[in-house]
Amino acid sequence: MGLKNSLHNFREKNKDKKWLPAFSAIHTFLFLPNETTHNGTHIKAADDLKRTMNIVIMAMVPCLIFGMFNAGYQHHVAFGDIQQATGGFFSSEFWTMDNFMVGFWKVLPLVIVSYGVGLAIEILFAIKNSHEVEEGYLVTGMLVPLIIPIDTPLWMLAVAVAFGVVIGKEVFGGTGMNILNPALTIRAFLFFAYPTWMSGDKVWVQGAVARDKAIAAGENLDAISGETILGSLAQNKGAGYDVMDMFYGLIPGSVGETSTLIILIGAGILIFTKIGSWRIMLSSVLGALAMGLIFNFAVSSEWITESSKFYGLMSTTWWHHLLIGGFAFGTVFMATDPVTASQTNKGKWIYGFLVGFISIMIRVFNPAYPEGVMLAILLMNVFAPTIDHYVVQGNVKKRMKRLKVKTA
Amino acid sequence: MGLLSKKDAALIKDPLADNNPITIQVLGICSALAITAELEASIVMSISVLFVLGIGNVVISLMRNIIPSKIRIIVQLIVVATLVIIVDLVLKAFAYELSKTLSVFVGLIITNCIIMGRFEAFALGNGPWRSFLDGIGNALGYAVILIIVGFFRELLGSGTLLGIPVLGDPIEKTGLYALGYENNGFMLLSPMALIVVGIIIWVQRTRNKTLIED
Repeated sequence: MGLKNSLHNFREKNKDKKWLPAFSAIHTFLFLPNETTHNGTHIKAADDLKRTMNIVIMAMVPCLIFGMFNAGYQHHVAFGDIQQATGGFFSSEFWTMDNFMVGFWKVLPLVIVSYGVGLAIEILFAIKNSHEVEEGYLVTGMLVPLIIPIDTPLWMLAVAVAFGVVIGKEVFGGTGMNILNPALTIRAFLFFAYPTWMSGDKVWVQGAVARDKAIAAGENLDAISGETILGSLAQNKGAGYDVMDMFYGLIPGSVGETSTLIILIGAGILIFTKIGSWRIMLSSVLGALAMGLIFNFAVSSEWITESSKFYGLMSTTWWHHLLIGGFAFGTVFMATDPVTASQTNKGKWIYGFLVGFISIMIRVFNPAYPEGVMLAILLMNVFAPTIDHYVVQGNVKKRMKRLKVKTA
Repeated sequence: MGLLSKKDAALIKDPLADNNPITIQVLGICSALAITAELEASIVMSISVLFVLGIGNVVISLMRNIIPSKIRIIVQLIVVATLVIIVDLVLKAFAYELSKTLSVFVGLIITNCIIMGRFEAFALGNGPWRSFLDGIGNALGYAVILIIVGFFRELLGSGTLLGIPVLGDPIEKTGLYALGYENNGFMLLSPMALIVVGIIIWVQRTRNKTLIED
């Protein structure tokens, strides 16, 4: 207990120092502080903000590890080092140490930069406003590397994280006060600021951009193309992968978003621990399916023919929309963010449904923004308080009516 | 300030800082968002507003005793419209390319809230000299913000200032671009102007706490 007590004494001694929040953030992260309640509390809950955040991170770890394998796999397949895996999820070509290491060394710097910059800003603001550092960034910092292309330059990520944390969160008053999901704010910033690094057929495979530069410099090499499924569908080229590959996630895409199977495991953890709202997840899936069916109907009644530029995405089988792109990841980990989503149960159904519905709509109608999920969630984040307001007002009205009937 | 009395000097100085038309009164935001992607356009826009507001304030002030108050808005609009047409024609004659960049926003100076606001709030009740100073002061306050926003948006968005590359050549990869730097395309979109103005407001209110209203 020597170290723990002396750290506690150190804290007591420096109570009025400006930098104390920075110290206690790291302190409480590593040790249980001495001032927890020991008896006499009346509300008993085992979870606090820190534990909630930790569970979300645990739910994301499978995505992160799978993302590392997939990054290496996509790299090696595109460079012709290995054959495309044929055995589905458990292919021996996929789960190799070699794949993992390629991905690991690319993803690790992304994670470090994301956490480093984000926490530095959090601590800076905590010291400036002299409050404790809040744990909100723990999840954001993990989400960010999972939703960006593997080859994103680190300085761009640093700029985007700084922007997202300051403008997306701190100006509104920090964790719990933000209107927009900070991770998505960061991604949206990257997307609009540096579009060449966030879309196209080069950025999804590690090394493809570098290879392109080498070709431009006059080296005799084959160009690498790693188009995402959404990208090739938007160009009416067909998906190019079969459904099981989409489900297992052996496809190009942002680091953590590709595998629907792994995301379902994460969803299971979130729903089981009641941290993620199953209402939002379910209604958003329903919304996406509804929009997919509408588009399929438009194609089958021949309002849209093959000559249309929307044909590729509109004719995609309605439920395939759930498997491709970032829809599954966004729905499970981003739309359910308790701060920015609707709070009321009825509100959650409306919010989720519209997230799904609008995602697929943006995805199909605006091929320039294939990642409709990001924009749909940000849009609905803005409307979430309005939805809640009307749900609450509706409830108030209903009860008033009941009151009148009773008293009359 | 030997030339101006203390009260007159305040007419120029106040709008530059603590009573800035854009960041404190939040007027004239529309043009601040639309034309600040380039520094040159911001400067020309500022000069145009300076001209219109300075002269317009004097004209309104001279006529203030003969304008029937029921139709004063229409009189103000006519004065502003006349001045804006002069600006527009001068720009078209001498800086055609630039007038195309500014496009409809020169015409929209007519509806710029700062101008109508100063006519209503100041020129109708004060003499021509003080009105002139007030017009110049407010136009300068507008210009300061436009130029700050235009400076950052052009520097970070296109890597140039007044059209001159200052960070190197993005295609030849010289200067900063050789290190892997890239222009921030978001800076060229209007939302970023709003965010830059927001940051200016933030800085200003942090430095002067009396400006914070709750």
